[in-house]
Amino acid sequence: MQHTRRLATAVLAVAVLLWSAGCAPTRPPSGTGRTRVTPTTVAIKGSDTMVNLNQAWAESYMGENRDARVVVNGGGSGTGIAALLEGKTDIAASSREMTAEEIAAATKAGHAPKAQIVGLDGIAVIVNAANPVQSLTVAQLAAIYTGKTTDWKQVGGNAGKIVLLGREVNSGTHVFFKEHVIQGGNSTSPAEYAKATLFVSSSQAIVSEVAHNARAIGYVGLGYVSDAVRALPIAPATGKPAVAPSPESVVAGTYPISRPLYFYTRGEPSGAVKAFLDYVLSADGQAVVRELEFVPVT
Amino acid sequence: MSSDPVSHEPTTARIPCAATSTASRFAARRSCAERQARRRRFWEWIIEHALLLIGLVAVAAVVLVLLFMLRDALPLFFADHLSPLGFIFGTEWRPISFPAQYGIWALIMGTTIVTAGASLIAIPLGFACAVYLAELAPRAVREVMKPTVELLAAIPSVVIGFIGYALLNNWVRDAFRLPTGLCALTAVLLLALMMLPTIISIAEDAITAVPRSYREGSLALGASLLSTIRHAILPAAGSGLVAAAMLGIGRALGETMVVLMVAGNSIEVPLGFLGNPDLTLWHKLATLVQSGFGLFGPARTMTATVASEMGEVAVGSVHYHALFAVGALLVLMSLTITLVSDVALRRVKRS
Repeated sequence: MQHTRRLATAVLAVAVLLWSAGCAPTRPPSGTGRTRVTPTTVAIKGSDTMVNLNQAWAESYMGENRDARVVVNGGGSGTGIAALLEGKTDIAASSREMTAEEIAAATKAGHAPKAQIVGLDGIAVIVNAANPVQSLTVAQLAAIYTGKTTDWKQVGGNAGKIVLLGREVNSGTHVFFKEHVIQGGNSTSPAEYAKATLFVSSSQAIVSEVAHNARAIGYVGLGYVSDAVRALPIAPATGKPAVAPSPESVVAGTYPISRPLYFYTRGEPSGAVKAFLDYVLSADGQAVVRELEFVPVT
Repeated sequence: MSSDPVSHEPTTARIPCAATSTASRFAARRSCAERQARRRRFWEWIIEHALLLIGLVAVAAVVLVLLFMLRDALPLFFADHLSPLGFIFGTEWRPISFPAQYGIWALIMGTTIVTAGASLIAIPLGFACAVYLAELAPRAVREVMKPTVELLAAIPSVVIGFIGYALLNNWVRDAFRLPTGLCALTAVLLLALMMLPTIISIAEDAITAVPRSYREGSLALGASLLSTIRHAILPAAGSGLVAAAMLGIGRALGETMVVLMVAGNSIEVPLGFLGNPDLTLWHKLATLVQSGFGLFGPARTMTATVASEMGEVAVGSVHYHALFAVGALLVLMSLTITLVSDVALRRVKRS
């Protein structure tokens, strides 16, 4: 009887110990309603394209540093930058550069924003291995995806209807390709995906269809390009040399369908923010970039 | 508790249904039987009402699902001020453009074409198979075939979709010389395959349920077996066959994964050229045949649209409400089909 009671007490004590060790330090006081909860909390807000990447960084960073806390929010690059100016976030994630006005506003408020490229977004245009087309210009690509060009022979290929493959609207790639190629970087352009575009539910499915269909064209993140398909070199404009998509050409900025992904901080990063940024740029952090089909900086 | 008048012995007082004298034993047995009957009635009441409650939960679930869908669908017309006609008959589905456009005619036509195509294949095939299994097949064949057909229903739809994506897609493209195999026809073939077990199983039951006397009477009058099946058995099983077809159609209408994977999902309206006033009738007919009645082109169904876009949509946005409206319309279409099949089932029961 006494034996059992002692055992029960011991079990209870161990449980209490484990519980207090397990949850006490990782749960900061909450209820202030602001994103900066404790000094060790890093708040990231901004680009929806980057939100999964930011989340993945946050998770692996918190997994390695038990007392660190990273809060990720989306909303768009502009939202993130506005929040940074108002001091509501530590890091603004942005898939575009800050505008001159935004930088001026920040400098006026007393903290010149510091930009850090944390990864790159590059999209490869893929065709079947048997397709004779060697390269396309961005304008040709836009004409193909808006339905103005419908036959491969119009761009130097074998006669045959072009089968357009795209990602579903919930994909960041869909949005990036639309803004960057179809609208030609002009966000007010009324250009749209051709109605005949087949919206496919995954990048893997695009690769698989292009691999089997000689008339298909599709676009996927660089990480998805395999030997089964051919990634077309793309020329930024007629007369300019076409550049093959590769991590190097994306990093060099010569490949036209790519963009750097930024982290903006208020002035030089320090403390917890700096520690997190160091992690993001470390080999581990850049491995996360590759995992999520973006292009690492280094 | 004991009402036994002579149960003064402590032992019998404890056991209510045991008495010593003949008279009291008789009285006790009667009161005991009465008590047992009362207890049984009580339990029957409990069970009956518990079952009623379970039935009501199912009814409530249907009503609540519809209310839940409508709660998030109706703001599309009242708060976001889209016209219901423009929503249903609009031919542009551009949910993330500026300005966004929400017209689901392409989705309605996609769902209609895919469901109709699959039904046209699966219903005749299913009925033929059911007749064979119920009337013609040797016992050994039937005993192997029927469970096998029913096993077909157990294959997860994503597996069927995967087979369609990796194999059928390429076969359809090469066989019909199409630009791509990601089209309505591939989806139709796979959906037909998925409808078959439902149709065969229910149709076979309906045919087996036809009284033996019909069959024997017809054969005794000198009718051949095929004539008996056609003129005596099938008409008698008619309502059951309708129910089988309806449940099969419901299966095709609600299927999501397969169409999402193989139907192409473009926002082009299938058979949209039929509404073009510039085309002559002959040109329309020629295009109709050329397009394989719309089956050779891509189709985007209502289910696939909701499934692929719901994940990332901002809660409470116009797009969100539009997807709920698509869902609500789908529930209404599905309910209509179920009600029709229910009426048919009731008719078969009456006959």
